[in-house]
Amino acid sequence: MQEGNRISNLKKVFTNGILNENPTFRLVLGTCPTLAVTTSAINGLGMGLAATFVLLCSNIVISMLRKFIPDKVRIPAFIVIIATFVTVVQLLLQAYIPSLYDSLGLFIPLIVVNCIILARAEAFASKNPVVASGVDGLGMGLGFTLALTLIGAIRELIGSGTIFNMQVMGAGYEPMLIIVMASGGFLSYGLLLGIINALTNRKQQQKEAE
Amino acid sequence: MSLITSTAPHIRSRLNTQKIMLNVIISLLPCALAGIFYFGYRAAIVMAVAMVSAVAAEFIWQKLAKKPVKVNDCSAAVTGLLLALCITPTAPWWMVMIGSVFAIIIVKQLFGGIGDNFLNPALAARAVLLASWPARMTAHIAVTTFPGVDVVASATPLAGGEASMLQLLFGQVPGAIGETCKIAILIGFVYLLITKTITFEVPVVTMLSAFVLSWALGMNPVTTVLSGGLLFGAVYMATDYTTSPMNRWPRVIYAAGIGCMTVLIRKFGAYPEGVTYAILLMNILTPLLDRMLPNRVYGHSRKKEAK
Repeated sequence: MQEGNRISNLKKVFTNGILNENPTFRLVLGTCPTLAVTTSAINGLGMGLAATFVLLCSNIVISMLRKFIPDKVRIPAFIVIIATFVTVVQLLLQAYIPSLYDSLGLFIPLIVVNCIILARAEAFASKNPVVASGVDGLGMGLGFTLALTLIGAIRELIGSGTIFNMQVMGAGYEPMLIIVMASGGFLSYGLLLGIINALTNRKQQQKEAE
Repeated sequence: MSLITSTAPHIRSRLNTQKIMLNVIISLLPCALAGIFYFGYRAAIVMAVAMVSAVAAEFIWQKLAKKPVKVNDCSAAVTGLLLALCITPTAPWWMVMIGSVFAIIIVKQLFGGIGDNFLNPALAARAVLLASWPARMTAHIAVTTFPGVDVVASATPLAGGEASMLQLLFGQVPGAIGETCKIAILIGFVYLLITKTITFEVPVVTMLSAFVLSWALGMNPVTTVLSGGLLFGAVYMATDYTTSPMNRWPRVIYAAGIGCMTVLIRKFGAYPEGVTYAILLMNILTPLLDRMLPNRVYGHSRKKEAK
């Protein structure tokens, strides 16, 4: 009975990161990489997976060390742990996927200051056991990845006529260049946020009506 | 008996949004006719597509959002017409349509509809089109007085084309539909002044500041004032009620900012023309200008304040 409760709790923690507390669309955290790298679906996916790896590892390690880290220096301690894993990701990408490493550029080292990762360390991993923290990191990371891939795919489709570098629009399609520029990032992120907010509001109203 | 109480002021005016917008449309007629005269039937098609899609976008949005349908106030038609007049006559229909829909739905309605937009919808849409399809937006054609005759592509005077002073004044130069004929714009300006739709400060100060700064920078001030969309922008775009300051001195600063920024972009920027960006930039500064300088309180006499 207790075992079943634990598993359903973990499930809740996992789906929480993807839906109810999606870091990009519901918590509006990590907007800097969201705006900057989602010029194509592959960039969004790569950034999301890199951040997921860091989030998963840092959540697990911080949760393991949560009883040893003094409260007063917890933020520097978290940052050191996060930076370690970011360095790992950076070296791995540079060695094995140089094309992605080149297109993400500066935004890989900037994962260190990604607020999703620090927020999960502070709000979840430093207060919860190892397994739950790992699941939380995975859920949040996948939510971030899904959101970035979605925005990237939409921007790539409108701004270049392709998705994952495959031609989707017909040959006569003239891409709307502004969508893959910085201003287009703000435009498409804002519109998607608005649409998702409207959908969730409607759902809540329906629930209240019932 | 039911009594209606409302806050002051209780003065009623016969002027309403619809009448103001109709005045703007009437004042735009000379420009529109000049555009058709110089660029042929294509200009008429661009204007029709822009106006119809702007009105349709407003109507559909207000229906879907379950808001009161206020298409009758003609503001969407004005936005569509203004957009058409500041883009090139060769613009394909889908581009014009995207521009109109962007202006109405994203710039105007998403920020709260008429009176609440922080940017001029037509100009913001023009900026988006220019950033999205730069080659299409700058594919200007030489003027023709015979509708239907094939026309050749050519550069605007700003981008290196040649034009005499008279050609600039009468609009016999390649450019956007409504911006070329300065005489038509001036006729519209006078009409707007007579009907008290706009005040003179913004257009006059904009033109003056552009004249003075271009002179100081060693450019030909007369050509600067007469070329491109500066006059059209100063009369029709910069005077938008919602996105320009309410009082006289903020307005003067606003207008001077537009004139100076335009000249600076033309002289030092990467683009040949800068009116769009200059006006959009000052649009954003409008709330700040309104707050920075002291407000004139309604019904408060100025002399008393001086004592």
